[in-house]
Order: sequence, then structure tokens, then C-alpha cells
Amino acid sequence: MVSPSTPRPPDPGGPRPRPVLEARGIHKQFAGTVALDGVALRLFPGEVHALMGENGAGKSTLIKVLTGVHPADGGTLLVDGRPQAFADPLQAQRAGISTVYQEVNLCPNLSVAENILVGREPRRFGLVDRSALRRRAAELLRELDLDLDVTAPLGSHSLAVQQLVAIARAVDVSAKVLVLDEPTSSLDREEVAQLFTLVRRLRDRGAAVLFVTHFLDQVFDLCDRVTVLRNGRLEGEYPIDRLTPMTLVQRMIGGELATLDQLSGRARREAAARTTGEPFLRARRLTRAGAIEPYDLDIHAGEVVGLAGLLGSGRTEAARLLFGADSADGGEVGIEGEKVRLRTPRHAIARGIAFCSENRKAEGLVGELTVRENIVLALQAARGWTRPLTRAKQDELARHWIETLDIRPADPEAQVRHLSGGNQQKVLLARWLLTAPRLLILDEPTRGIDIGAKAEIQKLVARLAGEGTAVLFVSAELDEVLRLSHRIAVLRDHRMVATLTNDGSVTPERILTTIATGADS
Amino acid sequence: MTHQPPRPGPVAAIGRRLGGHHLLWPTLTLLALLLGNVAFQHDFFSVRVRDGHLYGSLVDILQFGAPLTLVALGMTLVIATRGIDLSVGATVAIAAALACGHISTSARPGSVTTVLTAVALALGVAVVLGLANGLLVSGLGVQPIVATLILMVAGRGVAQLITGGQIVTVTSAPYKMIGGGYWLTFPFAVLLATALVVLTALLTRRTALGLLIESVGGNPAASRLVGIRAGGLLALVYVFSALCAAVAGLMISSNVSSADGNNAGLWIELDAILAVVVGGTALTGGRFSIGGTVLGALIIQTLSTTVYTLGVPPETTLVFKAFVVVVVCLVQSPVFRAKVLRRRGRTTPRPRSTADAAPHQQEVRA
Repeated sequence: MVSPSTPRPPDPGGPRPRPVLEARGIHKQFAGTVALDGVALRLFPGEVHALMGENGAGKSTLIKVLTGVHPADGGTLLVDGRPQAFADPLQAQRAGISTVYQEVNLCPNLSVAENILVGREPRRFGLVDRSALRRRAAELLRELDLDLDVTAPLGSHSLAVQQLVAIARAVDVSAKVLVLDEPTSSLDREEVAQLFTLVRRLRDRGAAVLFVTHFLDQVFDLCDRVTVLRNGRLEGEYPIDRLTPMTLVQRMIGGELATLDQLSGRARREAAARTTGEPFLRARRLTRAGAIEPYDLDIHAGEVVGLAGLLGSGRTEAARLLFGADSADGGEVGIEGEKVRLRTPRHAIARGIAFCSENRKAEGLVGELTVRENIVLALQAARGWTRPLTRAKQDELARHWIETLDIRPADPEAQVRHLSGGNQQKVLLARWLLTAPRLLILDEPTRGIDIGAKAEIQKLVARLAGEGTAVLFVSAELDEVLRLSHRIAVLRDHRMVATLTNDGSVTPERILTTIATGADS
Repeated sequence: MTHQPPRPGPVAAIGRRLGGHHLLWPTLTLLALLLGNVAFQHDFFSVRVRDGHLYGSLVDILQFGAPLTLVALGMTLVIATRGIDLSVGATVAIAAALACGHISTSARPGSVTTVLTAVALALGVAVVLGLANGLLVSGLGVQPIVATLILMVAGRGVAQLITGGQIVTVTSAPYKMIGGGYWLTFPFAVLLATALVVLTALLTRRTALGLLIESVGGNPAASRLVGIRAGGLLALVYVFSALCAAVAGLMISSNVSSADGNNAGLWIELDAILAVVVGGTALTGGRFSIGGTVLGALIIQTLSTTVYTLGVPPETTLVFKAFVVVVVCLVQSPVFRAKVLRRRGRTTPRPRSTADAAPHQQEVRA
């Protein structure tokens, strides 16, 4: 970790001007959890700077500190070398720091001109001067080489143009520092190119641009320097030409790679045996626009297929199509050789497919219902309301699964929202396991839960596969995917780039290379 | 505090099953209101049998509270799904207008067949109205408040059309029975409302209907992924709500032997929503309490009765009611209670009425 107080080695690009925005030793805690621990960041005029890190590394917290959304608990912010403290986003804007968030937060029903200048409308005699409003907005867009009808409602333009208008608005507020938080996540290739042209023009005008993204190639395409965060700490600051995609991914994921425990050989030995014969589920050219490019996937009974890839690579999106949680735009799915359409979760459930969402709170549990009610919910939904499980049967099922999965507290009548993350995950698993699924899709089943529960869930997955259940295992943790999976599908930029058989030749490094380069070397 | 509030037997049973604490505050509130009445009218609790009918203030509260209880009953299930049904007042008026219109134009208004036909007509149209609401909400995804606002406004007009803008009066002994009659010394309306409450409690808690409704209201996204067909459930609760409102409309018009398209069930939707909330079902959906709703409806009806008992001048009635409702809501709010208790603890630690209530918790639960 680079200490922010020690002088840095000079940049290879020669002497630079003073940073326009510098953060030193930033600390931030939320309810006892350290989100940022002594993080530093320097933004120079005329550079595009990437902020990289895995999910939970502290990127968004840092942005929120820089833009005045959250005050820092410790550390200094320097704007043009002078210490500053922002109490709210408005103060940060006045100091010349603007942010464009992932979701365009403009009003689609207002005109382009109104969106650009809302809150700062040119006035005459206390009233909005409409012609001056249009003129100034048009001037501003012309400066950025954008030719738009400023009187048209914003909503009539494409999402990319809306994103550009949001940037135009931010630039008008301040041209000093522009923070772009995942601006490309909903744009297609040409739209991204259009956005990058604008960002480069702003850079050439002397603005500092902080760019947050999950897309590696965009970082190498656009950025001059990179700051990498890991687990709330500064991992380092690098000129882009000192990095390769591979080394960048390694820095994001960290030294844990070296200490990966040795994988049990079982999964590998059995890999060959499991993947022969008719698959339980066969997906061909399955796709959904904007979510996942067409992909092929086979899952056999008793086989664990892992989905690996960085966050935002399309792992979840690919898995959701197989459950009908989102409906596919194209491609087909066969179950045991029979072509099926999985338009809603009900269709998938009827075919013996179960799905534990990565988002336990929002998409998994019904928080105010009890553990018992949450456990029987899927089975009861399948039976319909006219065929209720008797209370005795419910109690029996709840007791059985609380015991089998060691759910704590072992109280079937406890409200599920009061349980810890690991126990909530077990309740979710119990809900599906009691329906005896043929294919179990687990999206990040071990995220945010403690080590003990994690190991128990991993063991459970291995046991289920041993008993003949097909499992699709989605996880950001490579060691976990490697330990459990017979085969591993690797995703990158919403595309399935490779399927590796876990036969002993697959190492975390090989998966990382595949993620970084987009091909299995 | 050993005196139990007068309430239908099954509510106590539901209350026990939900765990006493859900109903503690509504019960205490109702008790306080009833006891408050005794201070002004000493024979408030006395119930006499006269001409084979039960008489007394408590009987009045139950009888006049029956329509509100029914409307609130339907509203409870709608609110449990995160919805709201503003159209129930209009449905009350339409049902009343249809039934009275049919009876008044019939050749034999006093015959049971005529009355049964009128009831069937009102209920049948209510099903259609409820289905329209339900399909707007579940099929087209219209926000419940907007979807039911349509019928709330238009429905009054429909009721006016049916009655021809007049107040339709009926003279029919069997029809009078529904809202104003007695059966085995009990007011028929109370028996009918009790039966429907018990039926609903059984339907929701003895089948999986209650669980699925609470799941859909508690977390719609999770419910979809679990395979619950929310569309049918939503349509069902709006139909049920309309049916409850229609029965309430029959009761109200029967009690006064006339249908007034303008004023029958006016603002009853707001009283019903209030009853549901006071009864402990959150407007955000999920867990619902039928026992709580019944208590809530009785609280509101008791309040209306209190206004008369106290002789509050008519022009200040609404202000008085509003004031009491605000107090009731504050007393029931855990956040407010916590604040008051904390402040008391800081300044003067002597027990006061609010702080005093805590030790009674065990007692009432037992």
C-alpha cells in the first residue's frame, strides 16, 4: 500500500502540473464497517484517470466522498492545492467537481436545453429568457461538437445522447473535474465511441476526468493512468502503459491468488465422466439484448458448471435467462432433449429448475415473513393456494431444513429479516431444496456471508451434485468456482468467451488470462 | 383492566393465533374510548333485551359499524398486496342503487324472491366492478390508487344514473332485514358481518391464500421468482373488496330503506383505510391482520358514537374526530412511543399514562 504522506516517485511522463484534485489518507466507515482505509487519489488537469477495483473495493464510496455526497471521516481533500471539505454535492460542484452517474438523472420530458441549464436558466426581468436558454445550450453543445435539436424533449434522443447531454450539463457546471461513474454500461459499441470522443475532447481542453468502469478494454482504450482499490485500501496508482489487462486484473483481485488452497481433486477426476451423454439442460444461442450475447451451455445431471467473470461481465444475466427470470430475445433451450420456452419463473420451476438470486433481500426472501413461511413458499406456490400445506407439515419441513442446514436461530417463527446473511442464504437454499430441483442455479450464494457458512454451502453444493442434481454456480470468487465446478464457462463483457473443463490444467491464472484477453490461451 | 372489549368471538381466536402483541394497542385504544364514554354516560355498557331485541350503546356500535367492518375487511386484503381500493364508496352506492331500484320497480317488493334477485344483481355487478379494478392493476400495471380512482369518481355518476338522480325508497320487509332486522335477538347486520369476517379469516388462514398475498405484498420481485402468479391474486382481492363493499351497500340502504346515489357510503373508503391502518396492517403491504381491522373499524365507529354521546356540536364533529384520530395514530406509533418514553425518562421519571401501559402488556396478553 502506498502511504499517501510519502512523496511519490516522479511520473514517467515528466514534470506534471499540480493535481487539480487530490485526496490523501481518506477514511470512511459505515456503521462500524471500514469502507475506505487511507485511500489516496490524484487527478491532474488534462488526463483521463481510471478508478478500478472489484465490487465492494470502495470505488463508489470514494466517488461519493470526492463529490460531497458523504463527508470523509478522516483525510484531506485538496482542490488546486487548497484543503477543502464538502458538506454536500452542491459545494463540490461549486468547487468545480461534477458527476455523471450510471443512470442518467435528467428529466426526459424536458427539452435538451432545459436539461442542460435547469437551475441556472438565463433570466430577464426575473423570468426565464427562453431564447437565451436555447442559444446558450446550443453554444455549449457546439463547443463539444454535438449537433442536437436543443428544443426536442430529451427523451426523444437515444440513451447515449442523453448520456452526452448529462455530460454537457456537468461540463457547463464545471470544466475542472468530471467524474463518470459507469457511463458505458448501457451503451452499445458506436455509442461508446461517441462518448469517448467527447471525453477526449474534454481532456484536451484541460479537464481531469475520473472514469469508473468494469470494462477492461475501455480502460486501456481511453485512460492515461489507473488507481486500483482493493478491500477499501489503495492498491496502487499506475500509468496505463505499465499495465497489461492481466496485471491489472491481478492487482484488482490481489495476492489471495497465491494463497488459494489446493483444490480437491474430486471435481477434476469426475469432470470427464459427468459431461458425457445427454445434458439435462442445453442452451443454444441464448441471448437477451443489452444483457448477454448469444451463448451455448450444457449442464448435465450431477454436474457443477461454474460461471466465472468480473462483475458486470454478464454472469447473472446469463443465469437469469435459464430460469425465465428475464425472458430471452433469441436462442433456444432444451431440457432432456425437449425444446422448451422459459418465459417466466413458473415455466422453469415446473421443469425442475430452481434459482437463488444474488440479491437475497430484494429478490429472495420476504423479510417480514417467518423462516417457516419463507421455507415453504416455493412449494406452496407450486401447489397453488387451494392446496395448502397443513401447519403440521409446514412445521415438519421447517424443522427438518433448519436442522439439516443448521439455520440459526433454530426458530421457525423468527422473522427472516432478523437473520444473518449466511442464515438467510440457507433459508433460501432450503426453500428450493425441498422442491427437489433437477437443476439448481446459485447466483453468488456465498457473497457477504461468513467463512463457516461459506464452507457449509460449498459442501452442500458438492453433495447435491454427488446425488445427481445439476448445478449452475455463479461466483465472483475464482477459488470457489474452481473448487466446485466440473466445467467453467468464462464471461467477459457480456459474452461467453470460453468453456474450460476443470481437468487439473485450469488454474486461477488461466481463468484470469481468459478474462483479460477474451480467449483461452 | 380485566374487562374485555365487546368483540365477536372469532376475532379473539385470530388474535391469539397472531400473537397478542399485534392487537395490544388497537385493543387498548378501543377500551380507552369505550371507558371514556362511560364517564359521560353511566349506562354505556348496559345491554338490555327489549321486544326480543338487544338494545344498548354497544349493540349500536356493532350494528352501525358492520358496513364499515365489511368494507375494511375487503380493504385489508387489497392493502396487504401493496394496493389500495378507493372505489369502495362508489361500489356501496352502486350496489344500493341497483338493489333498491330493482325492488322499487318490482311488482312484489315484499317477496323474498325479489329481494334475493336484487341482492344477486348487486353482488354480480360488484364482481364486474372488482374485476375491472383488478385487471387494470394486474393486467395493465396501472397504479392501484389511479386505477380505483377512476371508479371512485365515475361510480358515483353510475349510481346517480341508476337512481335517476332521485333517492329511491323501498318498502320491503325482507330487504329491511339485511341492515335493520334482528335474528335470534341479534341485529342481522352484526351476524352477517361476523360470518363474513370468520369466513375470510378461514379462507386466508386455512388455505395458503393469506401466505401468498402476504408474500406478493411483502416482496413482489421475490414472489415472482418463487413462481407465485400474482395476477390472479390481485384480481381476486379487488373482486373480494368490491363484494364486501356491495354487501355494505345493501346493509346501509336496507337500514334506511332507501338508496341515495350521492351520499350512500360517502368517504367510507377513507374510514376503511384508516381502520385497516389503525388495526396494524401497514400501507406498504405484506403482513395483514383481520382481527386488527375489525378492532380498527370498531374504534372508528365508537368514535362516531362518542361524538353523539358527548354532545359535540355538529359543526366541530369533524375537527374532534380528526383530533382523536391523530392521537390514536400517535399512541399506536412505536417511534412516537419510544420518543415520549425516552423524554420522560430524561426529565421526570415518574410514571405517566403512556409509560404506564408497558407493565400491562403481560396482563393483556395473558
